[in-house]
Amino acid sequence: MTQPQFIDFYTLMPFLIVTVWACLLLLVDLFIPKDRKGITAVLAALGLVGALTYSVTQVGLASRGFNSMVVLDGFSTFANILLLASGLLGIALSYGYNNRMGINRSEYYTLMLFSVSGMMLMAQATDLIIVFLALELLSIPLYVLAAISRKRDAEEAGVKYFLLGAFASGFVVYGTALIFGATGSTNLADIFFAASSGTSSLLLTIGAALLLVGFGFKVAAVPFHMWTPDVYQGAPTAVTAFMAAGAKIAGFVALFRVFATAFPALSADLTDILWALSALTMIVGNLSAISQTNIKRLFAYSAIAHAGYILMAFVPYGNSEIAPTAIAAGLFYLAAYAVTNFGSWGVVIALETAEGKGLEISDYAGLAKKYPALAIAMTIFMLSFIGFPPTLGMVGKFYLFRSALAGGFPGLAIIGVVTSLISAYYYLRVVVNMYMKEGDPVVEREAWLGFTTTFTAIVTVVVSLVPQFLFLLASTAVLK
Amino acid sequence: MEFLLQPLTLLTFFPILGVIVILFMNSEQKSAIRWVAMVTSLLTFGVSLWVFSMFNASNPDLQLEAKYPWIQVAGWNIYYYLAVDGLSILLVMLTAFLTPISILSTWTAVEDRVKDFMIFFLLLEVGMTGVFLAQDLFMFYIFWEFTLVPMYFLIGIWGGPRRVYAAIKFFLYTMAGSILMLLAILFLGIKTDTFNIPTMLVRLPDLYATGAITAGVQMFLFLAFTAAFAIKVPMWPLHSWLPDAHVEAPTAGSVILAGVLLKMGTYGFLRFNIPLFPNAAIQAAPWIALFATIGIIYGAAVSFAQADVKKLVAYSSVSHLGFVMLGLFALNAEGVAGAILQMVNHGLSTGALFLLIGMIYEQTHTREIKVYGGLWKITPIFGTLMLIASLSSMGLPGLNGFVGEFTILLGAFGSEAIGSPWYAGISAIGVIMAAVYILYMFQKVFLGPAGEITHHHELKDLNWREIATVVPLVIFMFWIGLYPKPFFDILAPAVEKLLSALPL
Repeated sequence: MTQPQFIDFYTLMPFLIVTVWACLLLLVDLFIPKDRKGITAVLAALGLVGALTYSVTQVGLASRGFNSMVVLDGFSTFANILLLASGLLGIALSYGYNNRMGINRSEYYTLMLFSVSGMMLMAQATDLIIVFLALELLSIPLYVLAAISRKRDAEEAGVKYFLLGAFASGFVVYGTALIFGATGSTNLADIFFAASSGTSSLLLTIGAALLLVGFGFKVAAVPFHMWTPDVYQGAPTAVTAFMAAGAKIAGFVALFRVFATAFPALSADLTDILWALSALTMIVGNLSAISQTNIKRLFAYSAIAHAGYILMAFVPYGNSEIAPTAIAAGLFYLAAYAVTNFGSWGVVIALETAEGKGLEISDYAGLAKKYPALAIAMTIFMLSFIGFPPTLGMVGKFYLFRSALAGGFPGLAIIGVVTSLISAYYYLRVVVNMYMKEGDPVVEREAWLGFTTTFTAIVTVVVSLVPQFLFLLASTAVLK
Repeated sequence: MEFLLQPLTLLTFFPILGVIVILFMNSEQKSAIRWVAMVTSLLTFGVSLWVFSMFNASNPDLQLEAKYPWIQVAGWNIYYYLAVDGLSILLVMLTAFLTPISILSTWTAVEDRVKDFMIFFLLLEVGMTGVFLAQDLFMFYIFWEFTLVPMYFLIGIWGGPRRVYAAIKFFLYTMAGSILMLLAILFLGIKTDTFNIPTMLVRLPDLYATGAITAGVQMFLFLAFTAAFAIKVPMWPLHSWLPDAHVEAPTAGSVILAGVLLKMGTYGFLRFNIPLFPNAAIQAAPWIALFATIGIIYGAAVSFAQADVKKLVAYSSVSHLGFVMLGLFALNAEGVAGAILQMVNHGLSTGALFLLIGMIYEQTHTREIKVYGGLWKITPIFGTLMLIASLSSMGLPGLNGFVGEFTILLGAFGSEAIGSPWYAGISAIGVIMAAVYILYMFQKVFLGPAGEITHHHELKDLNWREIATVVPLVIFMFWIGLYPKPFFDILAPAVEKLLSALPL
């Protein structure tokens, strides 16, 4: 064992900043008076801004650390920036919401930081042991956050998420064990060599499939999605927003990294499984969303559906010509999805009252007359979810479908577009309520909330018109 | 930023300036908002005249190109690319011409949420102009889909009693077609490594010749594009969204819907289906002619049975656009040129009809044919204008409709691609049927004894604003009807170029 070098720490620097900051925040928080917990939020945000700034300086750089257990590359930097931005948006949404809901506890923001750090570690892990560590580091704070309001629904959500999450972690551990048994290593590069040199072993394939179950749970792919609607509905809305973006990004990033770097040789077996998962996720997610009347559940099913679209692009991962495009498309869409996601949950938060009312789709009736800006923002988000111009969602879906077609899966692409059409129906229901029905909605006006919805709405439109830089960033994030 | 000063960029995006101004206005200042919208659309029309003055009709190629790299990443050769040629210039002019007219027609008709209305209307103009000018498939798709959004709101917010249903039906129907086109666009983009239409046209013949895209795949691509455009046109049997959308839409929405949005479908066939998939287009021509003929007869027959004037005009659109489709897929000079001119004609005559119906509806709040009668005596100006628009719509010689339909039938009779004169022959019956339902409607509404409404209502004849709305359309009806040569001259070179590339 060699002594850790600077390069080891440099590789993990943004992650370390967040982790150390989170530990410090736990201590500092003791000296912050109970009625001024807003300061904790600001401090947490500062830590994320610091890490984000550092991450931006790492664009285009590559290194390995800790005996190749972690890596810094375009892929991880893209994911880190995205995750840190998600953390910041999550804090912005929580700031006023927690006050209003009476859940402004100091540990809230610390937990969020720990979860972000776990997600970032996930993006940098090149060893299955680190993947597992990261998975737990990101998940456990989320279980606590889901239940933090201590209401009945929230507790149910927390326990449900925890039990099923622990179950999924079990799959990951068992999968890792089988893969270690088959290849004698947990390092992704070693697994790749073992898998592509030897004859394909059943043990390895089963191990990979078990990992897929674990990641499928995190990204809420059907049939591992059962927890999603209940958890999304029961958890405090700001937590849901953070979880919907962060956990999905982390899950996909791990899936991309592990499968593209370790298992290309298994694609003959795994492609069909991915195909089926993707098709099922798109179909079940979108069909179940149609009958929802609660906006949180609606978005939960929509989150499931979007996992299906991203999976669709990843199906041809075994084709070495298409794989870089597939991953770039996935990352691009994750970015588009994260922006739209925070915006739409921001609108949900604006309408949610302290008693937990204002969460039915019918509560949005008349929003356009009373709060035109908010209604425009929500319309933009809904269009982006459908994949309509001029929004990021449209450019992102264009990219995803292109990857599926280029990979030779027109059938899957057709399922994708048809389910998009179905999704238009339920997203438009929100628009219909806002613009074409009479009502008297009540909206909370909070500075950071307003900022988040405005900012994400502008980004959704403007970046769709000048997407070049995001394309470049995503397409340099290729895994080797 | 140089691209902002290109004539076609200005033409497409000029209405955005009006949108920005209106955004910062107080929604209570209704008349100021109307004026801003009106002036914006008039200035846009001015820009279109400027563009037209620079357009060289004898040149068959794309002109006034504004071409800049937009998304240049591996495999994504996407350009910001606007250009105009003889196939699109008339439709661009029609769009710029109909928008101020439609806005003028809303002066008293739209009182509710004027600010939102004008914003959506101007955004719609951006989308429509973009559809006709875009020469990059990615860009085209963006404009194409984008037009749905403002129109959806126009129908859904300011429409009639069943507006929400009609709006969603319109949105989902149209989207159902375009998503298939999206896949075809992506497939073409992957195969040719570009989204740029002129470049694609250069690269595709090789791909067809070498079998990289087989005849079967070509047919699939053709059908995917057809799905999008045939729904928009709408071709029988995909027309069922149209009567709902038309009847529920506010007057200005109907005018634009009939005048321009439907033309986006026929224009799509002209710009994409025929040149991109020439073999498939020739193969499919008899089938499209068959569906077009059924549409002509069906639309005319159903029009006759309508009790609601607006619905009657809506179904007559199905019939008239059947003629356009028949002309396009005759795939000869007469047919295609006639079809393009007929697109413009239909925009003028149906636009005028919807405007006039809207004007009387504003007073009586009913469109049922049976409650009217004897209107001519009370409102002679209205009656005269309605008569001209009706005669133009049914294709009376001397008015524009005749020129278009006659040329189309001429083309369809001698068409090699369609292969049988029977389609044209049966379609000609449609012209006669048009005379029947239009004159029947005219007689019931304007002649004879006074009806219920005519009796009890204090009906006023058209005021100056309303006359000013319709008269420009009437001028063009006569102009095209009496001296269509300048219009054909604009089309001819581009049509010739289009057809010369076909393996006929």
